[in-house]
Amino acid sequence: MPKLYTGAEIVFKCLEDQKVEHIFGYPGGAVLPIYDELKNHPSIKHILVRHEQGAGHAAEGYARSSGKPGVVLVTSGPGATNVVTALTDAYMDSVPLVCISGQVPTHLIGTDAFQECDTTGITRPCTKHNWLIKDINDLSNVMHEAFRVATTGRPGPVLVDIPKDIQFAKAKYKNLKIEKKLNGKLQNKFSKNDIDELIKLINKARKPVIYSGGGVINSGPKASEALRELASLTGFPITSTLQGLGAFPGDDNQFLGMLGMHGTYEANNAMHDCDLLINIGARFDDRITGKIDEFSPKSKKVHIDIDPSSINKIIKVDLAIVGDVSSVLNRINKTIVKSKNGNGKSNKSNIAKWWEQIEKWRKKDSLNFINSDETIKPQHAVQRLYELTKNKDTYVTTEVGQHQMWAAQHYKFNKPNRWMTSGGLGTMGYGLPAAVGVQIAHPEKLVVDIAGEASVLMTMQEMSTAIQYNLPIKIFILNNQYMGMVRQWQELLHEKNYSESYSEALPDFMKMAEAYGCKGIKAVNPLDLDEKIQEMIDYDGPVIFDCHVDPNENCFPMIPSGKPHNQMILGPNDQEENKIKGKGKALV
Amino acid sequence: MPKSKSAYSVPTKKQKSDTYIFVVWVDNEAGVLARVVGLFSGRGYNIESLAVAEVDAIKNISRITIVTTGTPQVIEQIRLQLTKLVPVHKVAEFKREDKNVIFKEMALFKVVGKKSKIEKCLNTCKKFNPVILDETKSSAVIQITALRREIDIMNKKLKPLGLVSTSRTGAVAMTRGAQIFN
Repeated sequence: MPKLYTGAEIVFKCLEDQKVEHIFGYPGGAVLPIYDELKNHPSIKHILVRHEQGAGHAAEGYARSSGKPGVVLVTSGPGATNVVTALTDAYMDSVPLVCISGQVPTHLIGTDAFQECDTTGITRPCTKHNWLIKDINDLSNVMHEAFRVATTGRPGPVLVDIPKDIQFAKAKYKNLKIEKKLNGKLQNKFSKNDIDELIKLINKARKPVIYSGGGVINSGPKASEALRELASLTGFPITSTLQGLGAFPGDDNQFLGMLGMHGTYEANNAMHDCDLLINIGARFDDRITGKIDEFSPKSKKVHIDIDPSSINKIIKVDLAIVGDVSSVLNRINKTIVKSKNGNGKSNKSNIAKWWEQIEKWRKKDSLNFINSDETIKPQHAVQRLYELTKNKDTYVTTEVGQHQMWAAQHYKFNKPNRWMTSGGLGTMGYGLPAAVGVQIAHPEKLVVDIAGEASVLMTMQEMSTAIQYNLPIKIFILNNQYMGMVRQWQELLHEKNYSESYSEALPDFMKMAEAYGCKGIKAVNPLDLDEKIQEMIDYDGPVIFDCHVDPNENCFPMIPSGKPHNQMILGPNDQEENKIKGKGKALV
Repeated sequence: MPKSKSAYSVPTKKQKSDTYIFVVWVDNEAGVLARVVGLFSGRGYNIESLAVAEVDAIKNISRITIVTTGTPQVIEQIRLQLTKLVPVHKVAEFKREDKNVIFKEMALFKVVGKKSKIEKCLNTCKKFNPVILDETKSSAVIQITALRREIDIMNKKLKPLGLVSTSRTGAVAMTRGAQIFN
């Protein structure tokens, strides 16, 4: 007779088979059998967080920075509901997570038992799929299936809900089966015709632009290499979404910077005026497109994406190529190289005029700001952080708000998987626990959370986690005492009625650092900034860096709501110029 | 245009909506209907009618028929989003006007009244194969199968003839001819 294993043992056997090394979790009544089993599996390290949301974001940071799925273990009821924000965040940003939740024993389900909730019901809309295990014999198959669903196609979170009696029950363990094709959910069915069609468009284009997104990152480092090859073969300008940063080197001349609501002048104008738009692994998010009717009105549009439901969802495209970015790009590159060897014709000369136009836009220097030697400008702080850390293969996470946009604008990423931010859901409090996860995956690397003081307070408790596991994460807080992005919108759209956006009674972050047992650094004077940042980098341990910045600074450039890409508001330098021009005119 | 105070864009031109029938083959497992219906409510699609039952007990397959309205873009999204669900095997969609597809709904009418009134009811329903499922001296339960709007009309017409209760199914659909949908 084959050996029988308990449900808890089966969970760990599956995790071992899936080569899981770290799980992020928090114990509770309904998962105690699984926690009891933990000690017998030394290859799997459990990271104890301080709140289940933190476990979810840490697993996201782990997954995004390593390419492996993040694993979360929580108890029933509040454990499961606390992790919902992180699951939704992962769903929006296509991050592979496997969440295992405990559930009350089968016979108590539906009786409003202690710490019972309808976990699969609550998480149904924020996971790719979820399972409630009612029969111990299903457990091993479901666990393997969970990893498959989370990591294949467009990645995303899944949840397995395991009642406590199932964790005790015994069954045979079924090994991981080698990839059987299921339901045709794996999408990689582009044809040679699609590729040829695209090559034709590429050859004809006079004003092309590549718009790449998080799909390139999700497709693995090979996809970023292929993207770089495509850019160098075609000479096309390239812009990136928030999630796609790092797939193409941020300091390369072909890179136009980020596009969208707070994107650069050159990127947005190129999107608006182009005649060929190649979307690679992005989803025409509303922060990117602005006004749909006037979005890139003169262009042929191509969309490469692994998720068929992303195609034509927002923007009708002329050519859709459904497939994994990496394999599609490799096919395109091969075809271009082949055809070049054939007739040697390059279309780089065709686009010379286009580049001239782009250089004109670039001269606007739309990310500029008026620096000060009295107060630290937040943009300046990010720029200095970049200059002092750029040679270190730094991993950056962020919270959500102005600081996030400044980080995206002024920190230049040269490699994929180095930039972890909550884009789709926009979850304040993402960055600190995500940094914990990143540091777990890359213990030797420098990990910085560029934070805002309001966001970071939402998940501050995870500093304890960082201390417990000696994770030297650096929390770089751009402290402007406001919910900055809220304040900015109120200034621009609600007649400066700063309703509830001022952070009254902020804690003293220096004392907070001391209380957690990490180092606190405070910077107020721009002259000391470099020295203090260096001190933060050099310190071997977690740091809370309280960087006091100008509280009234706004994030520019910006596309106001309901406006197309070519109607941006630029920064104060430009506004000043325009004002003078206006007055000057009146005098004449 | 009034100045928008929203961080979101304002809705602009609207396309024309049409009625479509979706047929979805799914694994017959716990929660599968909630997944399909939740997708509709979560993404703001509407459901006019719904019919679901197991059609293959060995393979454990249920067939869900959903009548919905939407612009061509929305209809395409519904199909693609349904296809992404893990327990969904295949999805077909038909325009309601499609001549190659049969749509049928069933209704049960309870009529209370004298024999003569019930006779009148049967007569009114004549076109839709009325079947008497239950009869007493003062009542009858009549079953008809017809299109949605035909049942709507019958419902109205039978009211003055003693109709006290109506129960009806969602539409079910089947293609004509020897072909099946793959």
